[in-house]
Amino acid sequence: MKSDYEARIDELERRLDLAEQSAVAPSAAATEEPYESGSTMTSSGRDNSFNPAIGVTLQGQAWSYGNDPDDYYIPGFPLAGEAGLAPEGLSLAETEISMSASVDDKFMAMLTVPIAVEDGETEVELEEAWVETLALPAGLSVRMGRFFADVGYLNTKHFHAWDFADQPLVYQAFLGNQYIDDGLQFRWLAPTDFYLEFSGEVLRGDRYPSGGAARSGVGSGTFSVQTGGDIGFSNSWLFGLSWIGAEADKRESGPEDEPLVFSGDTNIYIADFVWKWAPFGNSRERNFKFQGEYMWRNEDGIYSIFDGLELPWDQNQQGWYAQAIFQPIPRWRFGVRYDHLSGASTDLAFIDTPLYYLGPNPKRYSAMVDWSNSEFSRLRFQYEYDYSSEANDQQFALQYIFSIGAHGAHSF
Amino acid sequence: MKYNSLIFSILLLLLTVQEARADFRVFACEPEWAALAEEIGGDEVSASSATHAMQDPHFIEARPSLIAQVRKADLVVCTGAQLEIGWLPMLLNKANNPSVLPGKKGFLETSAYVRRLDIPQSVDRSQGDVHPQGNPHVQMNPHNIRLIAVALGERLAELDSANATQFEQGLSHFLQRWDEATQEWDKRAKPLRGKKVVAYHKSWAYLEEWLGLEEVATLEPVPGIPPTAAHLANILSLLETGGGASFIIYAPYQSAKPGTWLAERTGIPLLVLPMTVGGSKQTATLFEQFDEILNQMLGVL
Repeated sequence: MKSDYEARIDELERRLDLAEQSAVAPSAAATEEPYESGSTMTSSGRDNSFNPAIGVTLQGQAWSYGNDPDDYYIPGFPLAGEAGLAPEGLSLAETEISMSASVDDKFMAMLTVPIAVEDGETEVELEEAWVETLALPAGLSVRMGRFFADVGYLNTKHFHAWDFADQPLVYQAFLGNQYIDDGLQFRWLAPTDFYLEFSGEVLRGDRYPSGGAARSGVGSGTFSVQTGGDIGFSNSWLFGLSWIGAEADKRESGPEDEPLVFSGDTNIYIADFVWKWAPFGNSRERNFKFQGEYMWRNEDGIYSIFDGLELPWDQNQQGWYAQAIFQPIPRWRFGVRYDHLSGASTDLAFIDTPLYYLGPNPKRYSAMVDWSNSEFSRLRFQYEYDYSSEANDQQFALQYIFSIGAHGAHSF
Repeated sequence: MKYNSLIFSILLLLLTVQEARADFRVFACEPEWAALAEEIGGDEVSASSATHAMQDPHFIEARPSLIAQVRKADLVVCTGAQLEIGWLPMLLNKANNPSVLPGKKGFLETSAYVRRLDIPQSVDRSQGDVHPQGNPHVQMNPHNIRLIAVALGERLAELDSANATQFEQGLSHFLQRWDEATQEWDKRAKPLRGKKVVAYHKSWAYLEEWLGLEEVATLEPVPGIPPTAAHLANILSLLETGGGASFIIYAPYQSAKPGTWLAERTGIPLLVLPMTVGGSKQTATLFEQFDEILNQMLGVL
């Protein structure tokens, strides 16, 4: 209270000073030397004036399931990586520490370290650790290290930037929630008046949908092209096509105690589309976002199931999701999402494994509402009606996302 | 299918007819800097702006179309002081254009050339969207525009030396007209000195300093947090007990509702003042922007 008054008095004194100054010299700015005249020191072009920019995102959740979450699996689509249901009840989602800075005039670096609690154990993971060129000519850049593969739309988004508390089913089933790998990324932005970007990656192939670092540790590759633009002041869109071609060497998926082991080729094609609307481009007041992605994959190889039994596998499968998020007034957003997976029936030999699939097609309906006091805080409620496992289920989630420290600008 | 996508992309490339433009491309974050570049550079520059007059430059998206523009820019001119922190770093990162990165000659931060106001003693997000380097809305004082024009003119001449003479001439011609206009504005603005204003956001510090206005309250409880009913009620009682104010002012991209609510209850004139150029027919140029501000304020005095 006292400090509040002092602050106000200080403020009044300052204003008085100003008033006196301007009474004498009506154009203070013109007569005084600027503080930083001639300086090219900048603050706006980088995430933060701290070096490096350090940020922490705190996230927590509470999930409620009708069925036992331990029984959850998607028939025909064995899950791997981070895919699957979040723990039932109260739990921490990943706590994400990120740092980024220019290395020198030619490189910048980024590190993202999520701390996750899994089965009571605290685990420090390495989600992103990359260095990127800043000085290559002709619209080129190269990134090296560990990064989110530049495929699809959601794959490069951090957990805290998702519009729902979980990933679409097709991301869970085809990409192990999110495809992260180690390697090299080449990006070229075409010198066109509209946005056109090509990106290609060579990757180690140690992670789902790849696995086992096949082909002497160059087991996976991707290619993508993205284009986008504006329609008037209020609409913008982004469209992308991507491909992941990977070889898997003894890749594990499905139940952890009795994993399914796959060796062979996997090819995934992705088409993504995003459309955003905001009156005059002021998304803070009101905005609408539609987003959809379609994925098609072929896996051709050999599955080793129980007791080392090896069976040939050549399946085409596909999945898609579409979601719409509407923010009618500042702070409040409402969203709906539909998920769908499908594929040909599998051979009877796979009976009693998560690979066995006769239909019906796994699908899921989700709805969410979230409230953001500022761009650094968000509270969310989510409801899902799930038809993706053997038994239908209703699922509820509460989630919080808070961010302190430097917070990098978000991509479109 | 991967080859199909490649062919599709190459076709797209070929279909794009590349305009043969010899001129110098300026990518401005805000319309006032694009307008200033055109005032100085004339036909020798082509300037575009990431935001327009109806947009809040704090909060736009790093849209694909903007990435494409930064890719081809020879000079990026932005206010800085973290005004564009939510989107400019992403544009610069995605655009793969090394000559316009901060620290290079191709990047000009205009707020670095003026005396910044409201530099906070401490930075804490409980105070809202605070800008550690001070208030970024420097374009609202014509004396600041002059300082920035000089810096911009010099930079243009340095980067495009073939047209240096034109830029120098363009700058001196602009300054001559600007100084005349500024003298006139200073004279006209005298009756505004000491008047009290209620502002939507802390966007007007430089205007208030120039005109000698006193800001008695902001509709936002803290910068960047939308007005709340409780806060508006506080302002209402403050105005009723504290002698009122002469204007309630807000920018075209801010909601009219909170100001209207307050204006209806207090009878204080509500003004929507241009923060930049291009918002209406009356504000097509920087000159007209300041004319319009003074016309509006003096009109209700």
